[in-house]
Amino acid sequence: MPAPTSLQRWLFRLARDQQLPIVLGQRRIFIVPTGAGFVFAIVLVVMMVGAINYNLGLGHALIFLLAGLGIVAMVHTFNNLFGLRLTPGRAASVFAGDLARFPLQLENARRQPRRALDFSFAGQPVASIDLPAEGLATVAIPYGTRCRGRLDPGRITLSSRFPIGLFRAWSYPHPDWSCVVYPKPLRTPLPRPSAALDTDDLQGDNGQEDFAGLRPRQSGDPTRHIAWKAVARRPDDQPHLVKQFAGGATAELSLDWLLTPTDGGPENRLSILAGWVISADEQQARYGLKLPGRQIAPGHGERHREHCLQTLALYGDSGEHKVPGQL
Amino acid sequence: MPLEHGAVPWLLAVALVTAGPHVEHLPWWLSLLVAVTLLWRAWLWRQHRRLPPRWALSLLVLGMIGAIGWQFRTLFGKDAGVALLVVFMALKPLEMNSRRDAMVVVMLGYFLLLTHYLYSQGIATGLWLLSATTLLTAALIRLHGGPQPIAAVARHAGLLLAQALPFMLILYLLFPRVSGPLWGLPQDAHSGLSGLSEQMAPGSISRLIQSGAIAFRSRFAGELPEKADLYWRGPVFDDYDGLTWRARALPGKPPPAPKVEGIGQAHAYTSILEAHNRRWLLALDVPTSLPADSSLAPTLEALAREPVRARARFSFVSSVDYRANVSEAPAILQQALTLPPRSNPRSRALAAEWAARPPGKIAEAALAMFRKQNFHYTLQAPLLGTNAMDEFLFETRRGFCEHYASAFVFLMRAAGVPARVVAGYQGGEINPVDGYLTVRQSDAHAWSEIWLAGRGWVRFDPTAAVAPSRIDQGIVAALPVGETLPIVIRLDSDWLRQLRNRWEATNNAWNQWVLGYNPQRQREVLSRFGWREPDWRGMTASLAALCGVALLIVTLWTLPRRRTVEPILAAWQKYCAQLERRGIVRAEWEGPRDFADRVARERPDLAALTSQAAGYYADLRYGPHSRNAADTLRQLQQCRHRLPPRRRKQA
Repeated sequence: MPAPTSLQRWLFRLARDQQLPIVLGQRRIFIVPTGAGFVFAIVLVVMMVGAINYNLGLGHALIFLLAGLGIVAMVHTFNNLFGLRLTPGRAASVFAGDLARFPLQLENARRQPRRALDFSFAGQPVASIDLPAEGLATVAIPYGTRCRGRLDPGRITLSSRFPIGLFRAWSYPHPDWSCVVYPKPLRTPLPRPSAALDTDDLQGDNGQEDFAGLRPRQSGDPTRHIAWKAVARRPDDQPHLVKQFAGGATAELSLDWLLTPTDGGPENRLSILAGWVISADEQQARYGLKLPGRQIAPGHGERHREHCLQTLALYGDSGEHKVPGQL
Repeated sequence: MPLEHGAVPWLLAVALVTAGPHVEHLPWWLSLLVAVTLLWRAWLWRQHRRLPPRWALSLLVLGMIGAIGWQFRTLFGKDAGVALLVVFMALKPLEMNSRRDAMVVVMLGYFLLLTHYLYSQGIATGLWLLSATTLLTAALIRLHGGPQPIAAVARHAGLLLAQALPFMLILYLLFPRVSGPLWGLPQDAHSGLSGLSEQMAPGSISRLIQSGAIAFRSRFAGELPEKADLYWRGPVFDDYDGLTWRARALPGKPPPAPKVEGIGQAHAYTSILEAHNRRWLLALDVPTSLPADSSLAPTLEALAREPVRARARFSFVSSVDYRANVSEAPAILQQALTLPPRSNPRSRALAAEWAARPPGKIAEAALAMFRKQNFHYTLQAPLLGTNAMDEFLFETRRGFCEHYASAFVFLMRAAGVPARVVAGYQGGEINPVDGYLTVRQSDAHAWSEIWLAGRGWVRFDPTAAVAPSRIDQGIVAALPVGETLPIVIRLDSDWLRQLRNRWEATNNAWNQWVLGYNPQRQREVLSRFGWREPDWRGMTASLAALCGVALLIVTLWTLPRRRTVEPILAAWQKYCAQLERRGIVRAEWEGPRDFADRVARERPDLAALTSQAAGYYADLRYGPHSRNAADTLRQLQQCRHRLPPRRRKQA
């Protein structure tokens, strides 16, 4: 999309909305006839020619009634958006390639319901919702993410053709909104626990020494942990079993940038790191993260995982990282 | 955008309502096609089946177009055009996958609605089509608004149309009207109009009077002339071939313009003439002042420039006492004496006996014969042979007005008196509801005129001599008992007559305001509002201004007038208002929790509910954003309905 001119900026109010809730007033609702609206107008003109030619008084009445219907439809379509109040919520973080969902709470103070409101970001799928009379509803506006970083989805296009589709009214609410997009995880085997860790626990307890049982293989499990004897006894269609070792929970992993293969470029290395974070979290290991110029002390748990993934997501970003729109 | 499954029945209803009523004008196989395709589509819908492939539908459409071309011998014109539209309407639902296709069906439906007016523009059609328009609009609402209760859709469609009505009225009144047609109409445009024809054979008028249809209505500015003077002049027949009377264009240069001199009171009146596809305007004998675009024929009937193909208004001034063409063109007098040679010897012999008398006496002798001898006025006249006049005058002696008028004229001509037959209507009936004189086809009549030197053309009505009550009281009283007439004409019970009068007065208003609202009438109406010379620029400007005002009113009506309270606060305030009616007033500064605590102390019976409501309110208002806020709000709104019923205020 080319950069908006100052005229567009003024006309469509491209600035972000600072004041919450966002209330749609007449200054920010636009309305034009749809294709069907133009067809309707042409049909009326043809009908008019017929009514004049055959001198149909009642035909004139019908055409004028339909013309009035068109005018009234414009008011109603506009009214379907007018006075709507929008409160943006927080979007949960997602992995690159997944759909981010931006929740928007809608308030309808009116005694009539509002119907068929379409919400979308530019070039993204549309979410439709009906809003009950004097009620609330929350719509999750989807955004297909592609790469990691802080995602600014841009303005929302809120449009409606209700009630009869002859007009389309739309508005561009633009909440101050963002969503953290984690790198797309690449599942590779976890690195061996670092020798630089606490020496007291090092002896024979690195999480790979004491056999503790079998579990189904997940992607990312190293092939050398596969229990080949057990696999040989099972039918083909069952997942492979891997050997699980005691001591994993207390092992400390250092997920180091330097341990990742260099051939895939930095984004690939971040993806591998993200995959390690997820694997380590699944194995309930204590792990730390080392990036050039950035280090996170070992820890575990949901918060730690999020912190690590967010660091990976925003790594190398001085500030906002604009993710170009998908497709 | 794919079409919702639930919207399909609405569109089938649209097809049924718009194409269905055309069944009576369509060939039977086409009606069958409409029924079969719609049923088929409904079945496919119920069974969730796939629609037929596109190539099959294209073949079907081509086949249908061919069949229509074969049936009507053309693809253009009124009936063939309507048939084509009906075919499209019947087949389009079979190719209806997306919302766009559905829109095409509705647009086609709106167009088909218009075609119904080609066949009928009555009040009933108008009402029926208004409800059909509501259905089509409701289908659009259903299409764009998703699943909704039927009542809600219907209410919304009604609201839209109600708000569209003021625009319709403004446009109707002020939209500059163009008088059609814009191009030549197809030949089938004016079929089936009834009225007097350009010739008169025995039986032609007695057939016409079987119809109770209205020929025209007249409103007199002053008082009504005597009923016996109400002769409405239609075609004048002066050419007789022994069987049929015809109006004949005279060869040579056109005769001089007729000279008419009214004596006594002049009657001004306006007639609303039904379409009859002929030029005569049926003015009261004899008109002294004519509307624009019309002229007086040499034979004294008022003629429009073009055949009257739509109901139209004409204003006249007429005098019932008159002198017309005291000096008549010789060619016309010559024509008025011509008889086919060598026929009806007995009639000629009778006329020859009278020939020596002065012309006035000859006419009286003929009338006296009809009056005194055994002549009968009846619809069931026997068939006549080659010497029709002889058979009628001397043998059968039973006939209707056309027999008497033509026999009288024959005798006059045979006796050397210039005479001719005039066809038209006689009488009429005042409708007390709106004061219009209603003249029906059943009032059709034929009489005679003779030319007397010094007096011009003088009317003689031989029917009056045979059956005086025909002229004084109308056709029903004059006919013998037992002769059949349609029920409309012969209404015996008073309340039925009154009902008919009311219905016809309503129709008349409808005709004038809805159907007859043409450019001329538009100017008349606007000048009644004090607008002297309306032109299209002024009309367009005021049209735009009034539409703007109407739009403003509709907008103000539709958009909320006062600041709306956000729904969460509104729900809480409504709950507190309910408590206030039960005696507990929340102070401005009291937060929800504090208030709930105080309610718990003062009214323990309301404590649980109030603390619940306060909890919902606090969550919604101050709590973190939550996904089920909508449900919480609904529960808060429910709280006030769960309050126990209010007791009388305690003393």
